[in-house]
Amino acid sequence: MLLQISEPGIKAPKPRRIAVGIDLGTTHSLVATVNDQGPQVLEDGQGRVLLPSVVHYRADRAVDVGHDAMAWQNDDPENTFVSVKRFMGRGRDDLPERHGAPYRFADTPGMVQFETQAGTVSPVQVSAEILKALRERAIQALGDEIAGAVITVPAYFDDAQRQATKDAAKLAGLEVFRLLNEPTAAAVAYGLDQAAEGVYAVYDLGGGTFDISILKLTRGVFEVLATNGDPALGGDDFDRAVYDWLLRETATPAPTAGDARRLLTAARAAKERLSEQSTAQISTPLSNGSVVKCSLSRETFDALTEDLVKRSMAPVRKALRDAGLSIGDIKGVVLVGGATRMPCIRKAVADFFQQQPLVDLDPDKVVAIGAALQANALAGNRGDDDWLLLDVIPLSLGIETMGGLTEKIIPRNSTLPLARAQEFTTWKDGQTAMSIHVVQGERELVSECRSLARFELRGIPPMVAGAARVRVTFQVDADGLLSVSAAEQTSGVEAKIEVKPSYGLNDADITRMIEDSYKHAQDDIEARRLREQKVEALRLLEATEAALAEDSELLSADELAIITEGMQVLKQAVDGTDWEAIKKAADALNEASTEFAGRRMDHSIKKALAGQKLEELDA
Amino acid sequence: MTPEATRNYFELFQLPPLFQLDLDQLDRQYREMQARVHPDKAAHLSDTEKRLFLQWATLANEAYSTLKRPLDRARYLLRIHGVDTREEDNTAMPAEFLLEQIEWREELHAAMALKSLTALDSLAARLRTEMNSLLGSLATLLDVERRHPAAADVVRQLAFLEKLGRDIDQAQTELEE
Repeated sequence: MLLQISEPGIKAPKPRRIAVGIDLGTTHSLVATVNDQGPQVLEDGQGRVLLPSVVHYRADRAVDVGHDAMAWQNDDPENTFVSVKRFMGRGRDDLPERHGAPYRFADTPGMVQFETQAGTVSPVQVSAEILKALRERAIQALGDEIAGAVITVPAYFDDAQRQATKDAAKLAGLEVFRLLNEPTAAAVAYGLDQAAEGVYAVYDLGGGTFDISILKLTRGVFEVLATNGDPALGGDDFDRAVYDWLLRETATPAPTAGDARRLLTAARAAKERLSEQSTAQISTPLSNGSVVKCSLSRETFDALTEDLVKRSMAPVRKALRDAGLSIGDIKGVVLVGGATRMPCIRKAVADFFQQQPLVDLDPDKVVAIGAALQANALAGNRGDDDWLLLDVIPLSLGIETMGGLTEKIIPRNSTLPLARAQEFTTWKDGQTAMSIHVVQGERELVSECRSLARFELRGIPPMVAGAARVRVTFQVDADGLLSVSAAEQTSGVEAKIEVKPSYGLNDADITRMIEDSYKHAQDDIEARRLREQKVEALRLLEATEAALAEDSELLSADELAIITEGMQVLKQAVDGTDWEAIKKAADALNEASTEFAGRRMDHSIKKALAGQKLEELDA
Repeated sequence: MTPEATRNYFELFQLPPLFQLDLDQLDRQYREMQARVHPDKAAHLSDTEKRLFLQWATLANEAYSTLKRPLDRARYLLRIHGVDTREEDNTAMPAEFLLEQIEWREELHAAMALKSLTALDSLAARLRTEMNSLLGSLATLLDVERRHPAAADVVRQLAFLEKLGRDIDQAQTELEE
């Protein structure tokens, strides 16, 4: 069913649009693509596929990424960022007491910022450096510009963390086709590889995040039934457990930041060796010349990390219950993430699900491969025979009501995209503005949920108290990102919305960062805008031509003439060098074909659903 | 034509407006529709089309989740027939039903006090049986006898039981933590 069947003589094969899948991980990141041989994980110039998610800022503002940056982490820990994913969309108050990070935090509200020798940077900028390196790698390997990317995020990421990831991609100059949940990406890679059918659990323990997703796979449809997780549980925590034990066991006094880094690296290496052997020797020289030496057995390691393993099982039970399923309903369990190589994890998962987990695909690569497959489909390289992903919102959305309580407006595990409308009224005569506080989480108290944003509604027509009816629509798109619109019902006046994200960056911040980044690059922002507008315009022309070829009978002669005229204007603009003229012409053509697009959609749905019913009668 | 112009969810999926809906057929029609309108299908199209797909896919999800869940489906059918279930302000219930509610609640509290997951599990199972029996009478009232006000009474009772189910679920979650 999933093979692409070409129909000779109907359409010439279109050139493949280059799309990549990116696994932006806590400890390392990967980029993959699909070519004629199938999905491929891309290597750097030295044949390495894993890019360490490490970024180092030099005093002259030059940036080292990946292996080059790792070399700095012992000697310059304050300017070398590891596991920055843990800080995405997070404020100072969200960080655990002992996050173990040697960074200097800037005193700013909202998302954390780091002071470096190259100035203040946000986790979004640090992540953007990793994405830029992967983008460069892909351009080198594929020899062409990237049309777009699918970037994976933990399924349990909230709105602020997702928005931060998307902003990082924007800064890195990537067009984001979609943010895809990591376990869902893994399910795509597995499902297509093994032609799986039935209900599967994906247990994804990465470097810093844990996800569990329950998916139903049926004939090319991947339907997420429930997802849960712990956004602050990962392989890093196992390293830290070993590190703490190491200090206790060898009675080492509080180490310097550089020594702490060395010992953490040694702890991680010991953990990794214990996946293959029953004991691991540790011997790490410190900056004062002394050497930390000891031996760690697998039994001790299992005892040290027992609580961490247990912690991952509570979300598993919750997800099963949300899906309305019991263990017997699960046909297979897929392990994803490097941390699932630990024997204690494999045993805990096998014991819980009463079956051996599936490990056929490399747990480090499976997410990037799934993302690449999806990116290829989203780029339109496949035609109509591709699969369908139905994913869910991981955490409920609510608004603050009287007394600091949460009123849920969108329950967790609802299928995306979705929208809910809610009516509000004024409580004072002549009131023309109101504020809505949106939070995410399952708790009753607002203070125990994540604050996402405050929406200020302005321009409500003045009326007596309680007379205005403001209908606020909360829309969550396929990336799991929230947007809000509002209109006063009795007057029809659209309220103006000002968004104050609690932990995100606003559009002005992003624009400023993009412009800043050009001050330090050879590339010129005007040239980039022109290039982007041309790509966009050519895409629009191609799509409009295809639409006319299929459905022009849905248009009157006049309507057809207006659209054809719009195409002519755009074609002329594309040949020029004025990006603003191209944008204007593209907007006009979009506007002119809105009605046409709506009619085509309506027509296609009616036909498809009626056809579906006829097939059933035949069967 | 905008997705909002569609008259009702049953017509949207080309299904008969019945409480006893063929759920397999609903699944198939929903997937057929999402295969055409999901935003993933518009990632390479224009902004106008992206917006259109988003609207349609949102509508398809709303319609599907309404028709799939029996209680929501019943409420929706009653709304089509012009009957408001008035669950916020109409709390009039048969005395017998209210007594049962008190017993359920007492059992829930007892199970929570004992911290017994088994007791909570069996309570949840019994609640499902009770709800299924009420859904059975709802089917007769809606599809066969067409007694809409009586059906609205049963919907209100089911809403009570559903709330109880959520509280049991919450208790289970807290115990596991």
